[in-house]
Amino acid sequence: MQKVFDIKENKQKFDELLAYIESQDKSQGVLMQTLHKAQELFGYLPIEVQKFVSEKTKIPMAEIYGVATFYTQFSLEPKGKHTVGVCMGTACYVKNAQLVLDKLAKELNVAVGATTEDGLFTLEATRCLGCCGLAPVIMVDDTVYGKVDPKDVPEIVANYKK
Amino acid sequence: MKSLEELKKIREEAKKNLELRETGKNVRVVVGMATCGISAGARPVLQAFIDEVSKRNLTNVQVVQTGCIGMCANEPIVEVTAPDQEKVTYIHMDVDKVKRVVAQHLVQGMAVKEYTIGHAE
Amino acid sequence: MAIYRSHVLVCGGTGCHSSKSDEIKRKFEEKIKEMNLDNEVQVISTGCFGLCEEGPIVVIYPEGAFYSRMQINRVDRIVEEHLYKGRIVKEFLYEESIEADQIIPLSDVDFYKKQKRVALKYCGVIDPENINEYIANDGYMALGKVLTEMTPDQVIDVIKDSGLRGRGGGGFPTGLKWSFAAPNEADQKYIICNADEGDPGAFMDRSVLEGDPHCILEAMAIAGYAIGATKGFVYVRAEYPIAVQRLQIAINQAKTMGLIGKNIFETGFDFEVEIRLGAGAFVCGEETALMASIEGQRGMSRNKPPFPAVSGLFGKPTIINNVETLANIPQIILNGADWFRSFGTEKSPGTKVFALGGKINNTGLVEIPMGTSLREVIYDIGGGCPNGKAFKAVQTGGPSGGCITADYIDTPIDFDTLTELGSMMGSGGMIVMDEDNCMVDIARFFLEFTVEESCGKCTPCREGTKRMLEILERIAEGKGTLEDLDKLEKLGNNIKNTSLCGLGQTAPNPVSSTLKYFRDEYEAHVIDKRCPAGVCQSLLNYYIIDTCRGCTKCARQCPVKCIDGKVKELHVIDQDKCIKCGACMEACPFDAIIKK
Repeated sequence: MQKVFDIKENKQKFDELLAYIESQDKSQGVLMQTLHKAQELFGYLPIEVQKFVSEKTKIPMAEIYGVATFYTQFSLEPKGKHTVGVCMGTACYVKNAQLVLDKLAKELNVAVGATTEDGLFTLEATRCLGCCGLAPVIMVDDTVYGKVDPKDVPEIVANYKK
Repeated sequence: MKSLEELKKIREEAKKNLELRETGKNVRVVVGMATCGISAGARPVLQAFIDEVSKRNLTNVQVVQTGCIGMCANEPIVEVTAPDQEKVTYIHMDVDKVKRVVAQHLVQGMAVKEYTIGHAE
Repeated sequence: MAIYRSHVLVCGGTGCHSSKSDEIKRKFEEKIKEMNLDNEVQVISTGCFGLCEEGPIVVIYPEGAFYSRMQINRVDRIVEEHLYKGRIVKEFLYEESIEADQIIPLSDVDFYKKQKRVALKYCGVIDPENINEYIANDGYMALGKVLTEMTPDQVIDVIKDSGLRGRGGGGFPTGLKWSFAAPNEADQKYIICNADEGDPGAFMDRSVLEGDPHCILEAMAIAGYAIGATKGFVYVRAEYPIAVQRLQIAINQAKTMGLIGKNIFETGFDFEVEIRLGAGAFVCGEETALMASIEGQRGMSRNKPPFPAVSGLFGKPTIINNVETLANIPQIILNGADWFRSFGTEKSPGTKVFALGGKINNTGLVEIPMGTSLREVIYDIGGGCPNGKAFKAVQTGGPSGGCITADYIDTPIDFDTLTELGSMMGSGGMIVMDEDNCMVDIARFFLEFTVEESCGKCTPCREGTKRMLEILERIAEGKGTLEDLDKLEKLGNNIKNTSLCGLGQTAPNPVSSTLKYFRDEYEAHVIDKRCPAGVCQSLLNYYIIDTCRGCTKCARQCPVKCIDGKVKELHVIDQDKCIKCGACMEACPFDAIIKK
């Protein structure tokens, strides 16, 4: 897993981020979409990236850190290669999504919200994905699996281990 | 857009297009492609319809997507409208079922009753 | 070339071939020869009919009789009856071919019979990525009508007369809201579409954005004209990528056609729309927090007044309407306020979309006139609870709402009746619960949600909800006391009365409504240390029942070795040693371990 953030290695991404920042109308509140863009480029928001955004947008670092930590979708830690999200919306919850989450934590041997040691999976409990008709639902990267039984978990996970 | 008249003109043309679809002996296959539909497997179903229809060279069939029909429990949902026929709603569709619907319904004009709403499990 | 009066088509496709269609063909040929019909009848092997599940298939023309699941021993009768005497053997025919006229139209299915679609009118009907299909269905005609025939005041009056109330939860009259912003002088005003649908279990806004994005753009432009705004933002959850994508396509198409942008219909009216993404914060569904988020700050709510209509986004007058509210606007403009009032109740006119979920057979989105009873929604439309389980309660309004029990199931649904029952309309999530759901657990679930989602600005919400959660956790673990129940009530009231925004003010609702209707269940946890529904983990015991075959799997899995038994003998669990980890239950291949 990448522990140290190498600024030089990521130069191209910084250039792209800068181009994005410069294309935005500063009077219209640009921080949210800038951070979205940064996370899309880097995969997460390391402190170096936040500092860069602060310098280029003239928004104080404290404010940027505040926003980055306030919203659950912004991550300050690098994520695993695959993100496994278990929907914990009400419809899924009443249909035993907790058991699915427990089973995943056990299967992947990782705590909820953490990344596996091999950097392959990040396990998350997510907010309602809006697929309540298929409850309980899990989402691996962009693929949604509906009507998941804890017994299905090993098979789903195995697909991504290859 | 210059004026309301222009919009009305576009509307009449668009309506004609829609009607042409109906009176031109054309069959319309509508696949529900909202998030719930897609996660229940609507994408491969849509693709299968396109593949099957082109494989059999059914030039009178149009395959289109639409938003949420509302019955998430029954996704993927596909509606088939043909001239002079009641709309037929298929539920819990999958790629294998598509093959049969294309062969039996679109080619031969006989709906696959056991896949339709009210009959399928 | 010989002309045959009749053709027997035997399917030679792979599917039918594997079920011996070649033997059937041979048998037909033999029998036909035997009956001296071989000059009149021809037997042909054809390609696949595509109905392999019903194979082998035989079709006899000119009648087109469709015989399915053919068997060798049926050939004689078909040749004798059908080919010789000309009488179709009906009992061998493919069932559907005689009953093809019985296919049920969608509108006759119970699920749709009681619905009335206004906001969802074109959802699932048109192609959302093709503006022409929207226009063919009178799309943008309402905007045209407003811009060319009506003054802004007239538009506001129509919406006021319609009695439309905000569908996002509060139920505030939309026309009145608009009239607050209209007279304020400002160099810039804004329209915001609130598509931050955070209420777990509600997904109608997503469906509208995915299925009919143009109607939202049209409604925003109408609202812009009514209050004098020229810029609109759609604030969408980032969890809805498809909705965002379709909305962007719609914006581009409408711009290209000049239906949004500069000088629309050459009336001098300009209106631009931009999408802004949320980043996973429930509180951003609250107006002031949402605006803070668009401005690029943490999504924290602030005191009202000043109301957004006076000082909103970037300090300018702003109107924020929910997606479903906006979806009603073009229909009201086109059909009039009286038409809209013809549905629903006196105080809550129109329809409401509900997302039916949880323990119900027909999960999905339903749009019903206000005033429809819960019973009709849950049983007639929803088809009741699956697996014959008993209906226990329905949760409406998400984390701000409450539970409604079977006793009140005949209540007509509108904004006011639900509030009276201690719940609320919310954005329209309706989660059905059956006897297997524990109410203490559900209350705990929602509190956990609000604790995590509280923005932390005001103390009652930040600290109070946390204390409530701790008490609930204590009860769920069997460590609660009767005083705890009173404390919950008192604390809940305090939080309700002193919180800054809607999130805190409604956060205690799931607890207070379950306390009110299911106090016995709370008491069972507190006094008997028992969870009647069998959910709360620490109050459960694991038992082995007599379907145990003595395979020893559970005993080998048990981490504390508390399962005793010999091979092929009924095993037992030592309740004193058991740590209730559930490993045995998972390991058992015979479902012989239960928790109670």
